[in-house]
Amino acid sequence: MSMSTAASATRKSRPEFRNIHVTQIVSYRLPAAGIVSILHRISGAVLFLVLPFLLWLLDLSLTSEISFERLRGVVAGPIVKLILLGLIWALLHHLIAGIRYLFLDLHIGLDPAPSRASALAVFAVSVPLTVLAGLRLFGVF
Amino acid sequence: MADFNGTVGIGSKRLVVGAHYGIGGFLAQRITAIVLTAYVLLIAVRMIGMELSYDNWAGMFAPVWMKVVSLVAILALMYHAWVGVRDIWMDYIKPLWLRLSLQTLTALWLLACAVWSVQILWRV
Repeated sequence: MSMSTAASATRKSRPEFRNIHVTQIVSYRLPAAGIVSILHRISGAVLFLVLPFLLWLLDLSLTSEISFERLRGVVAGPIVKLILLGLIWALLHHLIAGIRYLFLDLHIGLDPAPSRASALAVFAVSVPLTVLAGLRLFGVF
Repeated sequence: MADFNGTVGIGSKRLVVGAHYGIGGFLAQRITAIVLTAYVLLIAVRMIGMELSYDNWAGMFAPVWMKVVSLVAILALMYHAWVGVRDIWMDYIKPLWLRLSLQTLTALWLLACAVWSVQILWRV
C-alpha cells in the first residue's frame, strides 16, 4: 500500500511524453530518416490504393494494338502525366527507401551519422530519377 | 500473447486481428521486397533501348517464362502489400470491428487484383 502511494507520487512529478497530436504534425521537425520513413509509408499506401488503376493501364498496354493506342491517348493528357509522375516518384521512393531498410535490418548503417547519410542518399537517388522520368514523360527527350 | 487489456488471449479473449503469426509476416515482407526489386530491375533492363511500340512491349510479356515470373512478382506484391497495409491499420485503427473490416476488405481487394492480373498476363 505504502509502496503504491510512493510510486504514484513519483509518477506525478515525472514529465509525461505523449504521442504528438495531429495538429502538431506540421510544426514537428523530423530528422531526414523520419521523413524517409513517413514518405515510405505514404508512398506504399498510395501504391496500394491505385493498384486497380495501374492494372488497368497494364491491361490497356497488353490487350491489343488498339488498346495500346488508347493508352497513348490516355497518357497524352498533362493531368494524367502529372499523376503518373507522382506514382513514379512513389514507386522510386518506396523502392529505394526499402533497400535502405533491408540494410538497416541487417544492422548495417545503424549509427546516427551513416543513418542520416543513407536517408539523404534515398532522396539523392529517388528525386533525380523522378526528374529524369518526368523529362521523358513530358517529351523533353 | 496479450490483448489490448494485457490479458492472455484464450477463448473469448482470443485476438482476431493483428500480426499474431509472429515473425512470418516480417520475413515475408523482406523476401517479397527483394523479389519485387529484382522484378523492377528485370523490366528496367529489358526496356533499355527498346522502342515503345505495342509489338515490343507485348512481346516482352509473351514468353511463358516471363508470364510466370510476372505472376510470381504480382503474388509477391500482394503479400507485400498485405503486410504493409495491415501494419497501417494496426497503427492507426483502434476499434476492433473497424480494423477487422478493413483487414478483410484489404485481403479481398488484393485477391481480386491478383486474379485480374492473371487474366491480363495470360491474354498476351
